[in-house]
Amino acid sequence: MDPSRRAPRSAIDPVPKFRQVGFFTPGAPPERSQSGPPDPTHSPPVSDVSPSANSLSPVMIPPPRHLSDNLAIHARPTLASPLRAESLAAGGGGSSFGDFFPAPMSPATQASSSYSSRMAAGEGSFFDRHGVRGDKGNNNGKVASSFPRGGFDLTAMKKVSGGGGGGGSGAGVPASELTTVSVVNDSLAIHEKEKANRGGGSAVEAKDQSTGSKQQKPKTTKAERRALQESQRAAKAAAKAEGNKASGTATSANAKPAKAVKPTPKVDNAAVAASEKKGGDCPPEKDRKKDVPQPRMQYDDKSRVEKAKRRAMVKQTEARNRVELFRHLPQYEHGSQLPDLESKFFHLDPVHPTVYKVGLQYLSGDICGANARCIAMLQAFQEAIKDYRVPPEKTLVRDLTAKIGSYVSFLNECRPISISMGNAIRFLKSRIAKLPLTVSESEAKVSLQSDIERFISEKIILANKVIVKHAVTKIRDGDVLLTYGSSSAVEMILLHAHELGKQFRVVVVDSRPKLRGQILLRRLLEKGLNCEYTHINAVSYIMHEVTRVFLGASSVLSNGTVYSRVGTACVAMVAHEFRVPVIVCCEAYKFHERVQLDSICSNELGDPDIISNVRGREGVNYLDGWANVENLQLLNLIYDATPSDYVSMIVTDYGMVPPTSVPVIVREYGREQVWI
Amino acid sequence: MPDVQALVNDFVNQLKKRKIEGSQATAKQTAELLRSVISQQRVPHTNQAAALINAVRAVGEQLIAANPVELAVGNIVRRTLHIIREEDLSLATAAMAGLGLSVASDDEDDMERSDHPVLSAAAVAAAARSTLRPPSLQTLLEDMPDSAAVPHTSSSGGDSEGKSRSVDKGSRGRKLKHDVIEAVNELIQDISTCYEQIAEQAVEHIHQNEVILTLGSSKTVLEFLCAAKDKKRSFKVFVAEGAPRYQGHLLAKDLAARGLQTTVITDSAVFAMISRVNMVIVGAHAVMANGGVIAPVGLNMVALAAQRHAVPFVILAGSHKLCPLYPHNPEVLLNELRSPSELLDFGEFSDCMDSASGAGSLHIVNPTFDYVPPKLVSLFITDTGGHNPSYMYRLIADYYSADDLVVKGRPTTGS
Repeated sequence: MDPSRRAPRSAIDPVPKFRQVGFFTPGAPPERSQSGPPDPTHSPPVSDVSPSANSLSPVMIPPPRHLSDNLAIHARPTLASPLRAESLAAGGGGSSFGDFFPAPMSPATQASSSYSSRMAAGEGSFFDRHGVRGDKGNNNGKVASSFPRGGFDLTAMKKVSGGGGGGGSGAGVPASELTTVSVVNDSLAIHEKEKANRGGGSAVEAKDQSTGSKQQKPKTTKAERRALQESQRAAKAAAKAEGNKASGTATSANAKPAKAVKPTPKVDNAAVAASEKKGGDCPPEKDRKKDVPQPRMQYDDKSRVEKAKRRAMVKQTEARNRVELFRHLPQYEHGSQLPDLESKFFHLDPVHPTVYKVGLQYLSGDICGANARCIAMLQAFQEAIKDYRVPPEKTLVRDLTAKIGSYVSFLNECRPISISMGNAIRFLKSRIAKLPLTVSESEAKVSLQSDIERFISEKIILANKVIVKHAVTKIRDGDVLLTYGSSSAVEMILLHAHELGKQFRVVVVDSRPKLRGQILLRRLLEKGLNCEYTHINAVSYIMHEVTRVFLGASSVLSNGTVYSRVGTACVAMVAHEFRVPVIVCCEAYKFHERVQLDSICSNELGDPDIISNVRGREGVNYLDGWANVENLQLLNLIYDATPSDYVSMIVTDYGMVPPTSVPVIVREYGREQVWI
Repeated sequence: MPDVQALVNDFVNQLKKRKIEGSQATAKQTAELLRSVISQQRVPHTNQAAALINAVRAVGEQLIAANPVELAVGNIVRRTLHIIREEDLSLATAAMAGLGLSVASDDEDDMERSDHPVLSAAAVAAAARSTLRPPSLQTLLEDMPDSAAVPHTSSSGGDSEGKSRSVDKGSRGRKLKHDVIEAVNELIQDISTCYEQIAEQAVEHIHQNEVILTLGSSKTVLEFLCAAKDKKRSFKVFVAEGAPRYQGHLLAKDLAARGLQTTVITDSAVFAMISRVNMVIVGAHAVMANGGVIAPVGLNMVALAAQRHAVPFVILAGSHKLCPLYPHNPEVLLNELRSPSELLDFGEFSDCMDSASGAGSLHIVNPTFDYVPPKLVSLFITDTGGHNPSYMYRLIADYYSADDLVVKGRPTTGS
């Protein structure tokens, strides 16, 4: 393909803060990369994009994926290029992943650490590959930003690095996994790789394109029209592909899939992709309705609770002395079901052992923290998918969805799943649902696993790195930073700022019953930061010397409410009263379109017994045997909702935005896009 | 008076070691100590009041220095000084009256008052306050005749158990001391009964099915809530535990034992729960003259949350907690940092701090008190009734004389 055709597409911006709009072909010659500011209107016919007029955050809006896009390497929306390259290069160590798991682990967490090591290894190789590429692409930092969407199409990647190194000589046909034949100017080695990789890659790509097309969905009518058009075009392309091998003519600006034409698997993919695209795009209204989350289970609805109980595999006993206000939330007696479940470990058929293990870790509290829980869950699912076999006379799509559903309900019984986990589950389910029917079982499994891998690395780990990059600019010498509890993102920010040699002090505010702040405090001290430690009641005492408040979040709801560890609202309120900026650090995958005004309608209840005995204070035992006192209840809330007016800024992987922009991100970028 | 000195030293030591918990106990013990100081003090024939004042002031100075953040000590010292001044004044006017200024004693007030033992002007004033008599124009007008009339009645009527032979110049010294001690006794009585007087007002403030939030533990709050419960009100109480002392657990246990629906929450859940709360009722450590409150740590947070949700924030405070001082930089000056061991065990983090490079330092901040500015307080309930924060300065002026604001001999800050 001639460079001229591709030229408008590779609108690349030398300043990392501005995001490119449009997408990039791998072979984009470097000199083109300097070709002026991004111009959304010039993006290719297929893609164009909502004008990136969001001045608040540097945001790049990826275009819908096209069939041709399998061939093209995609720019990820979230990442500024230099950062990306760097973080990827640095990511090989795998330490980034370990950040999500608190240092002191009980023996039961072994599993998670083994996960992390395994994961780290996988990640390492993943990052290494990218790292190489990033280095090569340095001469044009832009290319570095235009990363493959899936981290697994090695071939494409190699190609890019080769192309980039060659100074644009590789501007020819991008490699595609869809065909080994059509790859023109690639080395043999790459062909080898490609072959090895082909099984997984094609499925990924097929799916990618469908999601890509879906991304446009929440847009306005124009977008819908475009989507329709696209799908028609895709259908046409598919038909063409079936009919004749090469539609490589690619007259239109959107490179036809046909370029990559040839063997049978590809034809399948194209066809399926086309049909899927239709499914995804055409009935957005219906889709949307369907996507409205089901009402949450209300536990004061007796009949439904009974029904749920019969299904449940965790035998939970209702706690006594319930707090009247929270009847609608589940509260169980803790401590009794763990040994019971442990004993059942080996004869529990329906739940995969890894999932089971993770469930037990949730139950025992060994894994906590939104990111850690989400990663553990996804990895368990990955394991489970790996070991999954489609039972005879069933289809993978349906059966696996049901399977995942049962795992989720098991995990939910162990501990109510968080919003971020819910988002990840929805991502996974949508991925399963979009698997082409024709794809073979092993391919489907590989593609799902790589999807999960990618979700973890891009939506969580890389998102954190971007957040760190952004937030660190808000730390100045001499600052006194206050943080509450233990947030992995905040911890990374503090450590990174310290590495950069900034001089600041950290105030760690903690609260009972979990005292997670002590974990953070220990890790900060080990790295040599100057810390102060206090409890939440003293927050107004300490606040007058604080210059910034950094908070983590479990979720950010679309009315700007920050749903986070209980106490966050208090800290934010006091900071607001003292006119101290409150900066909330939250990855975009935790955003949710739900709204919430108080902390009562939806929350999680922890073990009330923890309230009664104060750790390390044997003298405080007035509440021993509280359960036998008729009028006494103990309430252990887990989350609270911080009103958006207490929040000065939310740092997310899309940039730094005010809380009022959260619905914009949720809406404009669409759930599909936010979650991948 | 060596024994008095020993008593004083003992008390000073206790104050220094923070052995005395709670401002009520401190106030009571201070008053008792001052009473014995007064009773032991020899009074010269001339200028007895000055002698007493000096003695009390000398002791008071030591006591205040022993625990400057325990404002109740200073309050009681000032009130004792105020009592001495008032008694002296009343005796002086009585003496003048006795010298021949015959006063018409045909006030109707006089008749009404003669049925109970009339002690002194201060006692009368206190009685007037405790009967919640509003400062009407009539009382203002009658103020002068009253103070003159009282000793007159007692001397002429002879029905006051012979304690006021005020006309007798020889016994006047003993008379002053005696009156002062009586008034101090009254004060002690007031301090120990302030609970009941505050609790009496509970039904006026708590309605059926109310949801009340409190933090930490305060005997006043306990009595207040229980009084409402005894009057057959049924309501719910959320108790925030009040880290790091967790007195809330104790309060919750007591409340539950008395049959109130009680829920213990963590301090961090205050913001989450306050939207469902009708009223916040808490105790205070001291009430400053501007209406600001020195309160157990965490209450500023609660008050802010209450303000956010327009929940009334009510402070219960006995009159011994009213402090005539104004807070300046209250977070720092009127506070006290307690032992870190309440937050972290000894040596818990020593392993990650002893790096020779000196990098990584850890400070534990464990303050005892919070300052709640007057704008966050909806109402004060004292033993004399409910008051606005903006009225506190006037209430306080009733109890203290302006000369005593600075207790120290040198004109530096009083506490």
